[in-house]
Amino acid sequence: MSVDNGVRLASLFGAVAFVLGLHLMNSPATARRGNQLSACGMLVAIIAVLVSVADGGTMSATRWLVLVCGALIGSGAGLYSARAVAMTQMPQLVSLFNAVGGGAAALIALADYQHDSHVSAGIATAGVLDVLIGGVTFSGSLIAAAKLQGYWSQPVNFPGSRLVSAALAVVAVAAGIAVIAGAHNPWLLGLVLIAALGLGIGMVLPIGGADMPVVISLLNAFTGTAVAMAGFVLENATLTIAGALVGASGGILTKLMADAMNRSVLSIMAGGFGTGATGIDVGPAGGGSVKSIAIDDAALQLAYASKVIVVPGYGLAAAQAQHEVRELGELLESRGIEVSYAIHPVAGRMPGHMNVLLAEANVPYDQLREMEDVNPEFDRTDVALIIGANDVTNPAARRPGNAVSGMPILDVDHARSIIVIKRSMASGYAGIDNELYGDPKTSMLFSDAKKGLAELVGAVKQVD
Amino acid sequence: MTQGFIGNLTIFVLALLVGFEVISKVPATLHTPLMSGANSIHGVVLVGVVILSSFVDGPFGYVLTFVAAAFGAANVVGGYAVTDRMLQMFRRRPVPAAPAKAVEGETA
Repeated sequence: MSVDNGVRLASLFGAVAFVLGLHLMNSPATARRGNQLSACGMLVAIIAVLVSVADGGTMSATRWLVLVCGALIGSGAGLYSARAVAMTQMPQLVSLFNAVGGGAAALIALADYQHDSHVSAGIATAGVLDVLIGGVTFSGSLIAAAKLQGYWSQPVNFPGSRLVSAALAVVAVAAGIAVIAGAHNPWLLGLVLIAALGLGIGMVLPIGGADMPVVISLLNAFTGTAVAMAGFVLENATLTIAGALVGASGGILTKLMADAMNRSVLSIMAGGFGTGATGIDVGPAGGGSVKSIAIDDAALQLAYASKVIVVPGYGLAAAQAQHEVRELGELLESRGIEVSYAIHPVAGRMPGHMNVLLAEANVPYDQLREMEDVNPEFDRTDVALIIGANDVTNPAARRPGNAVSGMPILDVDHARSIIVIKRSMASGYAGIDNELYGDPKTSMLFSDAKKGLAELVGAVKQVD
Repeated sequence: MTQGFIGNLTIFVLALLVGFEVISKVPATLHTPLMSGANSIHGVVLVGVVILSSFVDGPFGYVLTFVAAAFGAANVVGGYAVTDRMLQMFRRRPVPAAPAKAVEGETA
């Protein structure tokens, strides 16, 4: 067998490992093996391509040096950040990986075109798309990571920003068409890259913190597509296959997240109400009076329940109260109470984020329940304990004519009683009152999530 | 349009469909590891950088390759490492009797 055929077979193994690895992600029991299989496929694909270029005989000492030094520095940085990152910061890290992946893909097309600009129109088109999508992803993801890190979470709009974006888009398209038409000028592709970088910034800056799950998913899909385009440029099927898989996964997650927030992807990109917490105190909702509850009374309700569902929102993670909620859950279980966690698809700052945060706090995954799955159970639930979640529990979503209308919600109001741990009556991202708080079945426990839960644990322990 | 290009386009479209099929079954519980895992898969861009490094020339080409290699390697190594770290946290409930025992001891 020739080296060339061996390399092709190794690449096939890589592609199969990626697909099977993703398939194993269908269940928490097999997901880790899936990721390891995918990593094996990646290792084989990389070794194969190294053998292939070494065998090709074009690798000079300088070329090896450039490649190996770059790869070593990158690996070190990647490994360090992967080890050091806190789980609450996962969205930032994923964003940064999106940025470097998209950036690398854009650089491939640029360097390839600079080396030889006499390419077919098809490949030139792929090259332009690669640079455009990769560039938007690079700068957009960096801005997203900075926003998630909390440098600023408010949407940024400056006068004329749309005009600037439109002008940049025109420049990118015009330069791109010139490249495809056969202008043979690397600077034109460079111009596409600069315009794309500007477009990425202009796209993410006006987007609010609450819309981040959608933005990250979309940028993830972009990175995959850019990598697939790099596969066209280099005529390498492994890149095309892997890129397409990521593009598909990012696309699906984008759609799921947008649906779960009841918004269209386009309206989010246009910058909408996802403006971050406002902190404005508003009056009681729905005309009813709001009932507050003392720790001891809440503890009694929980201790004598037979079924409790905890509804965690990002406020829980922001208060770093995951361990306290797990402790309370275990304590209730030890009293023979059935405890589960109802997790809305957009709880957290990226798809599925809350599950990871609770898993880190040692909550077993069979207690983590998805919305469709857990909603029918609220009817036979004694206490729904809501911590740091707001809009996703607002019954107003079932009626037309308000900011959350049509948004899929957790049916917490079907529970026999509802306890809400919340610092104040501030409204959620949608900026409207939560009618749930005015419900006669609802009691408000005004406290910080971490402190409130710790006190609840203490109080439940006192109950015989 | 070259034959190679059409071949690649075919692979691209089919891989997209496979992706939609495989990923739509992943439960919401695992969406973060899924995205992080998909993230590491696009680290395959490193394969492209290796190919690129075999033909680029000149300081500009070398700089682009160097940066692309660092980006790609950070993506692939960091991506797999963090996904693994995350997935090992997903544990099944311990044997049902275990937590009850632990707390009995505490309250006694």
